[in-house]
Amino acid sequence: MTKEVEEKKEVTIVFAGDSGDGIQLTGTQFTNTNALYGNDISTFPNYPAEIRAPQGTLAGVSGFQLKFGSIEISTPGDDCDVLVAMNAAAFKVNIARLKKSGTIIINSDGFNKRDLKLAGYETSPLEDKSLNDFRTIQIDVTKMTRTTLEDRGLGKKEMDRSRNMFVLGFLYYMYNRTLKGTEEFIKQKFAKKPDLIEANIMVLKAGYNFGDTSEVFTSRYNVKAASLPSGSYRNIMGNQAAALGLIAASQKSKLDLFYGSYPITPASDILHELTKHKNFGVRTFQAEDEIAAMCSVIGASFGGKLGVTASSGPGIALKGEAIGLGIMLELPMVIVNVQRGGPSTGLPTKTEQADLLQAYYGRNGEAPMPIVSASTPSDCFNAAYEACRIAIEHMTPVFLLSDGYIANGSEPWKFPKSADLKPITPKFVGEKTDEQYLPYKRDENLVRDWALPGMSGYEHRIGGLEKEIDTGNVSYDPDNHETMVKIREAKIAKIADSIPLQEISNGAEEGDLLILSWGSTYGVVKTAVKQCNQDGLKVGHIHLTYLNPMPKNLGDLLKKYKHVIVPEINNGQLVKIIRDLFLIDAQGLNKIKGIPFSTKEIVEAIQQKFEVA
Amino acid sequence: MSEVATKKLIAKDFATDQDVRWCPGCGDYSILKQVQSIMPELGRDKKDVVFISGIGCSSRFPYYMDTFGMHSIHGRATAIASGLKISRPELSVWVVTGDGDALSIGGNHLIHMIRRNFDLNVLLFNNEIYGLTKGQYSPTSPAGKVTKSTPIGSLDHPFNPLKLCLGADSTFIARTMDRDPKHQREILLRGSQHIGTSMIEIYQNCNVFNDGAFEIFTDKGSKMQETLFLEHGKPLIFEANKEKGIKLNGSTPTVVNLTDVNEADLMIHDENDKFKAQLLTTFFDNPSIEGHLPRPFGVFYAEDRYRYEEAMEEQIAFATSKKGEGNLDQLLSGSNVWTAE
Repeated sequence: MTKEVEEKKEVTIVFAGDSGDGIQLTGTQFTNTNALYGNDISTFPNYPAEIRAPQGTLAGVSGFQLKFGSIEISTPGDDCDVLVAMNAAAFKVNIARLKKSGTIIINSDGFNKRDLKLAGYETSPLEDKSLNDFRTIQIDVTKMTRTTLEDRGLGKKEMDRSRNMFVLGFLYYMYNRTLKGTEEFIKQKFAKKPDLIEANIMVLKAGYNFGDTSEVFTSRYNVKAASLPSGSYRNIMGNQAAALGLIAASQKSKLDLFYGSYPITPASDILHELTKHKNFGVRTFQAEDEIAAMCSVIGASFGGKLGVTASSGPGIALKGEAIGLGIMLELPMVIVNVQRGGPSTGLPTKTEQADLLQAYYGRNGEAPMPIVSASTPSDCFNAAYEACRIAIEHMTPVFLLSDGYIANGSEPWKFPKSADLKPITPKFVGEKTDEQYLPYKRDENLVRDWALPGMSGYEHRIGGLEKEIDTGNVSYDPDNHETMVKIREAKIAKIADSIPLQEISNGAEEGDLLILSWGSTYGVVKTAVKQCNQDGLKVGHIHLTYLNPMPKNLGDLLKKYKHVIVPEINNGQLVKIIRDLFLIDAQGLNKIKGIPFSTKEIVEAIQQKFEVA
Repeated sequence: MSEVATKKLIAKDFATDQDVRWCPGCGDYSILKQVQSIMPELGRDKKDVVFISGIGCSSRFPYYMDTFGMHSIHGRATAIASGLKISRPELSVWVVTGDGDALSIGGNHLIHMIRRNFDLNVLLFNNEIYGLTKGQYSPTSPAGKVTKSTPIGSLDHPFNPLKLCLGADSTFIARTMDRDPKHQREILLRGSQHIGTSMIEIYQNCNVFNDGAFEIFTDKGSKMQETLFLEHGKPLIFEANKEKGIKLNGSTPTVVNLTDVNEADLMIHDENDKFKAQLLTTFFDNPSIEGHLPRPFGVFYAEDRYRYEEAMEEQIAFATSKKGEGNLDQLLSGSNVWTAE
């Protein structure tokens, strides 16, 4: 039966189900397929901390949101056009985000008495009149899957594991997509289990065919390729992009990468990615704890490698003392913080930007460090590369801040050619002369030279005790200490000379209002500011990548606006630093719910400011 | 690196211009002297030797060795050395640590370093006290120890360091003492030759805060009675006139008089026997207890097991042979590329 094809510019879909339903995999597959069709995409996986939270409960709901389109996409969307709910709990958690006249695809088998009870429903919400606003498609996915696989000798549990493929196939039909990419994925994933390859592909096709033969649709949808800047693209997740940035920096600096880390959500995927690339000389070390991870990095850097560790807030807290040693030793190393909700264990799988002050101040003594932050999933590549460049060329530990939202989110990435990446030059000592080597003698940027074990005539000792100027010998001299504290501060401040000047990211170059953002709020602020500009509001957007030191011209730019709003997924951290550094009345716009801002929230804040002003 | 001097190095070449700042009479001086004296025997250039320490009196050690060195933070020398060794397997890396540094604040890193069996030499200066912080009990102080922080006596049951190391599957454990330079030198050399993590416990006298802690083992009057010097392949015999020995009574070691027992019936020391090594580590009685076993010194156990850093190099070589040398442009593009016109 041929159906009409309706063009859509953008679509937001939320896949939701039990944390064991394969929701993340379904969402990722749908994303990858759309990426190959050239759509612009932004994704937002949202899942519980428990690997298998009690089945069918609200706490166990796993969600994957993606927005894809033929136009520029900068956020995974506020409200969704399509909600896929595998059970009553998934329905309950997400229904409020479905747009009026949106489509719900329901697995009716997930709405039996028990499911309803676990979700806290007295009666089935599917019978509620409020659903009349939506278009509801009910499918007994479990039954369909089992029927497809009967006679294949699989147990019920095994069969039910393929249910997500039925839904995926159905959506591929709905959005006019080929099954090819996912078929290839299934073949690779189950390479050692041929019967599972067959079963999953059968169910995937069954879902697709069900869309075709059932009378559910009168039309299919098509989302054309986006008109992205010309070039070659791939889809990439934030943590993966960070890992590639580290490898790229290692290759360009010709320093082997040493990555010491302890598993922690949401940073572990960087380790998983890096360990696949040992053929780049990458040494990954899963240490016994966070402290050992950081210390192994110090050992590696002392030995002349590019030492990198990654963690999240609680792990960074444990590394604090060793980071201080890194600062004292003035060796290059990068510490990645993929932030999550805190304090303490906090919200491991939810996002937050609440470790900025920790990065700034979270060490004993006067211990300044450069801080670079990533704005989007693909920008994790650039930020990681820059963090390494600064670390190596300025002989200092550097913080790279990412967060759970961009670490797990994905988007198309116009990847660079290796030849186009900035060169990175380590500051090794030269051939040994008769002159005595002074470990803490500095160049015009206050950077010391790097002498490695194995370099004859350069034997020297360094450590955590205060250093004497130039010689690096232990010194308790009061004047020396004060001077060294000032030198270490000035050395970090001087990095401002080697970073780009700040540009206005979007919108008005001067005027009534500036939105000053950092990190993962980039996409949503960009979208909101654009929308407000279209509505005639004179609002500008500056997005910071370099948080310490900040670009030299930032102060001048800030003066061009009457008001400054700093939106953050925390209780107000950058805003404190901005007020401190620039003595301006910057105002915070804060959300501390473990989830990103919606475009609407930013737009409303802007509108409100204009109404008041 | 250029072919520099072929002249053989001497101990003095390993000394720095820094004033040694331990208290006069400290056991650390003797250890520093012996370590400097064996350095030329390693057959390694100074540029290839690294000393890493944590925090504590003993951890000043790197400042006095004219090699590469790092005086790091409390308890972490072992973790730092691990990262260095993975990065630069060819270096001769030495960890200098104390009973507080290695066994208290750094206990976790110690056991994990040991099980990974990096080719490192660890010198554990055990003085059964916190010296640098001026006299609190340490994890090796005997229970009941009266110190600044335990005026009525310590409640902690102490660690038996070598037993702990063996429990973590150490491939080399040995004990020596500051007051016996000859034995110390021998054990340091043995440790340096062992390929794997060499754990060398050195009884070291803190003459300011815990003077005489090991006197019973080092004092001429009691030394022969209270110590048992281990020799591979030889029966366990001690006492000034070599009149006492250790015989296994079932699985229980007992002190016997050689007047009553044949030498052939004594327990024979075998460095490669893990079970015997375990028994020897339990020779840890309080010397004031009647019928106690003598304290062993020497190499308890030595085993050849794969080194983490070598296995890491093999994995890198394997991955490279399988996938070819990494190509950055291929890595950046991945396998699913599309083009926007």
